[in-house]
Order: sequence, then structure tokens, then C-alpha cells
Amino acid sequence: MSSSAKTRKERPITTLSYPTVGVDKTGFWRTFRPEVDYSKCTQCTLCWIYCPDGAITRQEDDYPKIDYDYCKGCGICANECPVKAITMVREEE
Amino acid sequence: MLKEIRIHGRGGQGSVTAAQLLAHAVFFEGKWVQAFPYFGAERRGAPVKAFARISDEPILVHSQIYNPDYIIVLDPHLYKLVDVSEGLKKDGIIVMNTTQRPEETKIGNSRIATVDATGIAIKLNLLVAGLPVVNTSILGAFAKATDEVKLESVLKAIKETWSGSTGEKNTKAAELAYESLTKGWCGQ
Amino acid sequence: MAQTVIDTANHIVAYAAKAARVQVIAAYPITPQTSIVERIAELVESGEFSAEYIRVESEHSAMAACIGAAAAGVRTFTATAAHGLVLMHEALHWASGSRLPIVMPVVNRTLGPGWNIWADYTDSMSQRDTGWIQFYCADNQEVFDTIIQAYKLCENEQVLLPVMVCLEAFILSHTYMPVKIPDQEKIDDFLPSYKPKWFLDVDNPFSLANIVSPEYYMEFRYMMKEAMENAKQLIPEIDKEYGELCGFEHGGLIEKYKCEDADLILLTMGTMGTEAMVAVDNLRNEGLRVGTARVRVFRPFPKEEIRKLAETTQMFAMIDRGISFGMEGFLAEETKASLYDQKNQPLTAGFVAGLGGRDVTFKTIEKIAKKSSEWMRAGRVEKETVWVDLKE
Repeated sequence: MSSSAKTRKERPITTLSYPTVGVDKTGFWRTFRPEVDYSKCTQCTLCWIYCPDGAITRQEDDYPKIDYDYCKGCGICANECPVKAITMVREEE
Repeated sequence: MLKEIRIHGRGGQGSVTAAQLLAHAVFFEGKWVQAFPYFGAERRGAPVKAFARISDEPILVHSQIYNPDYIIVLDPHLYKLVDVSEGLKKDGIIVMNTTQRPEETKIGNSRIATVDATGIAIKLNLLVAGLPVVNTSILGAFAKATDEVKLESVLKAIKETWSGSTGEKNTKAAELAYESLTKGWCGQ
Repeated sequence: MAQTVIDTANHIVAYAAKAARVQVIAAYPITPQTSIVERIAELVESGEFSAEYIRVESEHSAMAACIGAAAAGVRTFTATAAHGLVLMHEALHWASGSRLPIVMPVVNRTLGPGWNIWADYTDSMSQRDTGWIQFYCADNQEVFDTIIQAYKLCENEQVLLPVMVCLEAFILSHTYMPVKIPDQEKIDDFLPSYKPKWFLDVDNPFSLANIVSPEYYMEFRYMMKEAMENAKQLIPEIDKEYGELCGFEHGGLIEKYKCEDADLILLTMGTMGTEAMVAVDNLRNEGLRVGTARVRVFRPFPKEEIRKLAETTQMFAMIDRGISFGMEGFLAEETKASLYDQKNQPLTAGFVAGLGGRDVTFKTIEKIAKKSSEWMRAGRVEKETVWVDLKE
């Protein structure tokens, strides 16, 4: 839970931040989502390297897996894919 | 008379510019103005807020706005993430970019005016970096919905900011929004 | 042509630097000052502003470059905030000790940790001992006017001390407000070009800022003290002169509002000053005889003005957007120190509010005033310093 929820006495004495799962699922920020055409993917792993948010996992077989809970839809992966296997698709209203 | 306005948008959508344009438009009518963003996570796509004050007298307050008279919502999805109607005054009006009709919106119990600003942008090919520009059209809608500012002032502010064909497309968008606005009440 | 623009204080700062015909700018970006130097860069690049813009790699270097430029006899400018200001701390002392008329807007942002980009006065207050003159602005108009006035002040041979013009992060820096920019002719009339008495010159060489023994050092410091005293005299005169010529005055050393018959005076700084005016009007409607005085100049501290105000009132409530750890709020401390020898001292109460950009509304200020009035009627202040709106 964030600092703001604790009383002054419950807080640590300075701003310590611990890794926490599920805080601020930034996937909601998306207007466009990246979709991978796995038939085109050559497993070059460039999308995994370039994702600025670490929202792409490199799987055992080197195929990418996008975590849509956190992907902000910046489009860098689609831009970097050398075979254009990733397309940015409009999120529905 | 002091009126306070809150604008909800996504980073990169031009919420701050909307506040600034509104300030300019109102200023042409001889009023005092203030416009400011609230800085949180600065990132394209993240929910952001911008604010404006309109007054007949010099504005001496600098603090945050908690109970706006008007709320402008630039993105139709935002209500799922953020309570866009929080603090709205009892007789306040929401102006929202959405394809929904007023009675279809479920964001509170207040007057609301809806306009498909995204649709207008796509129709006019008013896009920046592939994304529809909605902040100028929504000001045209604001003028019609609230009567706080005249459409001509909004158009003047737009033309003084963007010249040539950009200025023309944006003023056309504001005019179309002014005409296609639907006033009503939020659904329950 | 005089014109009214609606712009953020940061952009207004850039236009003021241009209107002041600054010749050299050396600056490094930091939130929330960045749009100052970006706008200046645009104006210099387009040729609209003919100045030399030196891109440096840190704020320490920015001040070092300014020292070099000012010592060479040109009108010099930089701007910073928070960690940038404290990074140049050593150089701040160097600039004032070298008696160089540099003007530097400081966009007041607090110091971390916790990492915080929002407004309070910790940054510039932590530099109040550096020998720099300090102005604190309440709105964008004052920011523009004060920068022009600052050059007139600091280039005066009786002063020759550098000046900080302070403005709150986001509340002013990123807020659009209407500002009337006077005719350039009028500004040129008010602020003629800089004519330094001495400047570094290869044809007439001398070295600046040399070593000095205990036998001689003290008198150089005394001369700086005298310069501060001279500044105190000149500031109200310059403000008045600017007002007559260009249209706006800002209260000289302290801007007073409804203080003449006030039992309680709220002492404030910056934007809380105008917010307090709204509170005063509301409170007066409720029958409270309260006024507010905004301390516009913190260095030199306007002791005499504070003492004069104290003569006609029963209580001061000092509101500080900052704290000196181990003591109290800056304004509170210095006000009390100024009043020590006063016969018939008013009651004083210190309030710390708005740290790290926490919002301070006129309602908060009304609460402060009401609490102070309670104590005033009881004849006793219950708490020396109250931290306002503190969470449990």
C-alpha cells in the first residue's frame, strides 16, 4: 500500500519504495494496443529489448509475450520489428 | 463572478492547450483568466488534469480547484479510470467527447453535453501523430453548452494560435462541435 | 508597443530577460524551470533576442559562466530551481563576493528526498546567507516587472550584489495569467545599458577575487553589508519609479492590504499573499479586523517595515512555506528577531504550510487567522509553531 494510506507513525522515516505487484496497471493508459502476428515473427527478440517498460517477456522459444496489464501502447515494439509482425490496433471504447 | 473549470484528458491530447485556448478566448471578452495543469506522471496517454478560472475581476486565488462549475472530458474512456465528475457544483455542466448520448452516460447526476469530437477530427482529417485532435472542437462545444464564452472568441483564439490550413481545420472542428452538441442529463 | 499577453511565468521570465536586453545567458535545465531556458533558446535562435547563449553541463558551471561574463562587464542572466540552485551554492557565494550584478530567477521547488517537484521555499531560503538579494513574487506580472527592476537595482554602484527573483513552481511557473508588457522604449528609458565601473580587460589587466588575509577580509564583508542596506533604501524608490513609467508597482519591500486598522496581520510571501487577500475580505465580512502583509523582499530583510507594522497591530501570524530544521519557519524566525527590541511587541504565532506543494487555499488561511484571533483574545499564544493540515 502506498505511503499516503498510512498514518505518520506507521510510515518509514523516509521515502522507501518496495517492489509491488499490481500497483498502477498502466495498461489502462493505452489508446492503441500492439498485436503480434506470430506467423510472421522471426524470434529476433528486438521488441523485447526495445520495450521501455519491460512489458514484453522473452519466452523460452524466443517468441514475445506482451503483458497488457502494463503495456502503455507506445508503439516502439511495432516500430522496431524488422518484419512488421506487430501492428498497433485501436482499443475499443 | 468566478467560474472554475477542470479539464480531463490524456497526456499528449492537449488538455493544457485547451485550458490555455479557453483562457485566451475568454480574455478577448475582457475577463480575467488563469489556466494551469496539474503535474503528475508526465507521459503520453496517462490521465492528466488541467484547470482554468474565469472572472470579472482580477483573480487573486492561486490554489487548486476543488469544486468546478464546468468539467470538460477530452477522452471517452477516461471515466473508467478517473472520477471525472468529482466535486462538480450542483448546477455544474460536464462537456464530454463521446459517441454516447447524454442519457447513456453514467458518470454522475448532472447536466451533460456530449459531442463526438473524435468523429469530427477523423472526418476533417485533423490528426497529429496519428491521433485525433479533439481539444479545439471541444471548446466550440463548451461555448454552446455553457454560454460562458462566445464561439467567435474561441475561433479567434484558435486562429491566433495556428495559421493557414491548420487554423482553418481547427476552427471548422470547433464550429462543427458547436452545432452537433447534444445537451441533456447523465443517465442513472 | 505595450501589449498584454497570456502566458506562464516561465515564458514571461524569458520575455523579461529579452526586454532587459540581457547579453549573456548560461543555463542548465531542471523541472520546473526548463521552459524558461527553452523559450530563451528559441528566441536567441530565431534572432529575436540577440544574446549569447552558453550551454553548460551543470548549474555549477552555469553560475561559473555567469561570473565570468558579468566580470567581463556584460548584463548576465541564468535561472534554476531546487537541486540546481543548491548545486551552485559555492558559486553563489563567489558571485556575491565578487560583487557581480547577476539576476537569476529561481523557480521555487522543494528539495528531496522525498523526491518532489512541487513548490516550497526550501531551495532559495537555504541560500539566504549567500549575499544575494531575494525577491518573492505573487503573480506573473510581478515576475516580469521585478526582473527589470532587479537589473536597475543590482547594477547601481551602491549595490552591486546579485539578485534572485523567486517564483513558485507550477503555481506561477506553469500557470497562464495575463501580463501587460510595457513599451520597450519605456523599459529602455528605465533600464539603460549596463555601464560597469570595472571589468576584466586584457588591455588593462587585473585579477579578480584574490586571496585576502585576516587583516583585510572583514572590511570587504562590511561593504557587502552596506550594499544590502543601500538596496533596502533603493528598492521602494525603484518600484515607484517603475510604476510611474511602466504602470505597475508591487509594494516595495512589503505589500500591505487592509493593515491600517488591523488587530491581526497575516504575514505571507509569494502567491499565498494574494490568496490571503481573499481570506482577509471574507474574514472582514465576518467582523474580524484582519489584514495581510506580503513580504516581497526577504534579503535584505525589511526589519524597519516589520517594526512599523508592529506599532499599530496586536498580533502577527507568520505563514511559512518552508522550515529551517532545528529552528522554525524562515519568515517566523526573522520577524521575531526584528521585533526583539520593539516596545509593545505584538503577539506572534508561526504557521508552516504548503510544504512540497501541498495546496494552501484561502479557507486554510482563514482557519489560521481564526486560530490566531482566538489566541489573541486569550492574550496567549498556545503553540509557537503550528504545522497546518498535517496528516495524522
